[in-house]
Amino acid sequence: MTLDTARIGEHLRIQQVAGERAFRRRLLELGLVPGTRVELKRIAPLGDPIELLVRGCSLSIRRAEARSIHVAREVSAESAARPVATCCDGGESLQLEEEGSAA
Amino acid sequence: MTQSRVEPDAGFDHVAPATSGSEPWVVLVGNPNVGKTSLFNRLSGERARVGNYPGVTIERREAKLRLPDKSHARLVDVPGTYSLSARSGEEQIALSSVLGIASNPTPDLVVVVVDAGQLIRNLYLVVQLVEMRLPMVLAINMIDEVDQPISVDLLSEEFGVRCVATNARTGQGVENLRNAIAKALEHPALPQRAKVDYPARLHERVELIAGAVPDEWLHWQLDSVTDGDRGARRHALALWGLTSIEADDELSDIPPALREKCLALESEGAEIDLEIVQARYAYLDALAERLHGERDLHPPKRPFSERIDRWLLHPVLGFVVFIAIMLVVFQSLFAWADPAIGLIESGVAGLQGFIRSTFPDSILRDLVTEGVVGGVGNVVVFLPQILLLFFFIGLLEDSGYMARVAYLMDRIMRSLGLHGRAFVPMLSGFACAVPAIMATRTMERQRDRLLTMLVIPLMTCSARLPVYTLIIGALFPPSKAFGLVPVQGLLMVGMYVFAMVMTLSSAAILGRTTVKGRRIPLILELPPYRFPNLRSILRSMLERSLAFLKEAGSVILVCTVALWALLYFPRAGEAPPNVDPVVHQAEALENSYAGRLGKGMEPAIKPLGFDWKIGVGLIGSFAAREVFVSTMALVYGVGEPEDEEAKPLREKIRAETKADGKPAYTPLVGLSLLIFFAIACQCMSTLAVVRRETRSWRWPLFMFAYMTVLAYVFSFAVYQGGRLLGFG
Repeated sequence: MTLDTARIGEHLRIQQVAGERAFRRRLLELGLVPGTRVELKRIAPLGDPIELLVRGCSLSIRRAEARSIHVAREVSAESAARPVATCCDGGESLQLEEEGSAA
Repeated sequence: MTQSRVEPDAGFDHVAPATSGSEPWVVLVGNPNVGKTSLFNRLSGERARVGNYPGVTIERREAKLRLPDKSHARLVDVPGTYSLSARSGEEQIALSSVLGIASNPTPDLVVVVVDAGQLIRNLYLVVQLVEMRLPMVLAINMIDEVDQPISVDLLSEEFGVRCVATNARTGQGVENLRNAIAKALEHPALPQRAKVDYPARLHERVELIAGAVPDEWLHWQLDSVTDGDRGARRHALALWGLTSIEADDELSDIPPALREKCLALESEGAEIDLEIVQARYAYLDALAERLHGERDLHPPKRPFSERIDRWLLHPVLGFVVFIAIMLVVFQSLFAWADPAIGLIESGVAGLQGFIRSTFPDSILRDLVTEGVVGGVGNVVVFLPQILLLFFFIGLLEDSGYMARVAYLMDRIMRSLGLHGRAFVPMLSGFACAVPAIMATRTMERQRDRLLTMLVIPLMTCSARLPVYTLIIGALFPPSKAFGLVPVQGLLMVGMYVFAMVMTLSSAAILGRTTVKGRRIPLILELPPYRFPNLRSILRSMLERSLAFLKEAGSVILVCTVALWALLYFPRAGEAPPNVDPVVHQAEALENSYAGRLGKGMEPAIKPLGFDWKIGVGLIGSFAAREVFVSTMALVYGVGEPEDEEAKPLREKIRAETKADGKPAYTPLVGLSLLIFFAIACQCMSTLAVVRRETRSWRWPLFMFAYMTVLAYVFSFAVYQGGRLLGFG
């Protein structure tokens, strides 16, 4: 998949950066080398550009160029932990309801 | 706690300093947004000289750096850069200034500023500098922004350079840095060899290129540099060439042999880039592990900035806040600067009155009052707006919000071929083009700056308002169109809309023709929000203002004197007792060079519906557009208008008739004149400031030509078209 198709908050890992040479070189030099983790943080109010979180730095690029960044979804510790969290949330609310009905 | 390494000199291989009598040259480099400018100000402690890099219109700030032994070095601020590799002339400055090539002096020392919170990415630049075998000192800045201590000693050992933790905001560590710089200048040493492990295939390619690296690029301010050092820099420059030189790059002074060798490998360029950058990051990532252990695997979060951005970049709220902030900036230029401007104007008028009443009537007296005092007034009057605008720009830049402006506005500005950062300068153009053109400095690329500069004077600046008020008030009925909307108000709004359309379409057209540039993909860093440094802002306000006074001011002064002479000579002398002095003045004006020029150009402006009197007004208004009103008042012999209304003048204009008894100025003439003023570059100060910013007469002349031709064409079309349709 390419970076422009990612969802907000998704954790990804860079596989390959293509595109115009000077632009690609600059991205690589900013640390977007293959294997680097990247998160799609936000999309600008007008739909473009998009904001990435890479190596603790917020970088914005346009969608057209995001298309040349190939990424893979990452099954990170955080996303793996999410189902557990929802389960706990559900359990809690269920418990509250029970308490409510008991009262 | 992080401690700087200042005293031990063991471990640095000593090289004797070159014997040069002048002050050592120290350059300050680093990524953008690392607090380089604050550190520069802290180290220098005095106002910087603002000049240019040789050959390009990129600003170079230079100041004296006081050393602990009371001697001085010269400190130069290099524009922020992520890497030495370059494809444009702007990006090439970093390499030229650290190596001392392309008419730059060879530095005695390079001070690299890195952001402690973005250490690895910042060290990428350090690795490149180390590979070039440059004598350097490392400042780990913004040390307050990291929770885990950074092992300064480890970094110092790794690169073999002095390394100091600093916080430019508070001044913490700055004296240590000063000491480290002094020590490094006293005992010059080169860094350790870089330990990046490049693939063997890359080495072969580097060998192919290295021979073509020119010897002039292998200069040090040190006597005893070994052949090994020269060879190492040769290799580093070969790597630089492999990543930077392309068939269509915009680099200058690249020796043909080097270019040829690099271009021969261009087909493999993408692969080579990846190999080089990946090898450096592999090294840096390994270094990161040694620095922090496993803790740094998760990048530092910025909860504070994150929370603010949730509001400021919010799809709806973000724009509300954006508009509110821009309104404050705009309002301040438009209204808050007014009292100060009024004060300057009345001060100038008072001084002129004093001189007139104190000294006997003479050409010299009039030259001093009208030409010199008036000219100085014409310059100083811009200061309130310049100071205010640079205050706000300082706040926006320092806080990190300017990058958000570019982020929010990119979609719109890009479609016009403009940079997102062009928004604030263009908005300022509604108040005055002069500070607005100076504000284009917030854009790094020359092409973006030039395009923005060329269209800013089309925005409806406040000096046009008195002209519009006069024309609309005199020539258009105070009635309502369709019984609903007042015609005069509608026209005023119409003029703003017209100017906007002209500005934006000119940007779109000029950006595709005259200042055509490669479309550069946006890479925008959104730095963390930081508290603005008031001292830095005040300093930049002062530096900008002084640069304006010195460089644009002289041009404005000369133009004022020239315009005064046009309107003054040949001299009429005292009014005879039986003639009204105001009428006498009008006759003198008609007879002046400006009057003759106005009459001479009547055939040219007649197709626009203008007579020679308007011609004189146009000449006079070159000093500043609003001067049109007072010049017209002089032409019509009604004396200086006492207020904005200028009632007697309006009536005179309305009553003016042609030879056949018909009114000379119809609403159609009024419309033609409005259009002319909306477009034409009737402002010498704008041209003066464009000359100062572009360092040549070429662009102001182009600006004057394109705007005047455009104004002529539009006014012509309106007037002649209107006549064909039976109006006027």
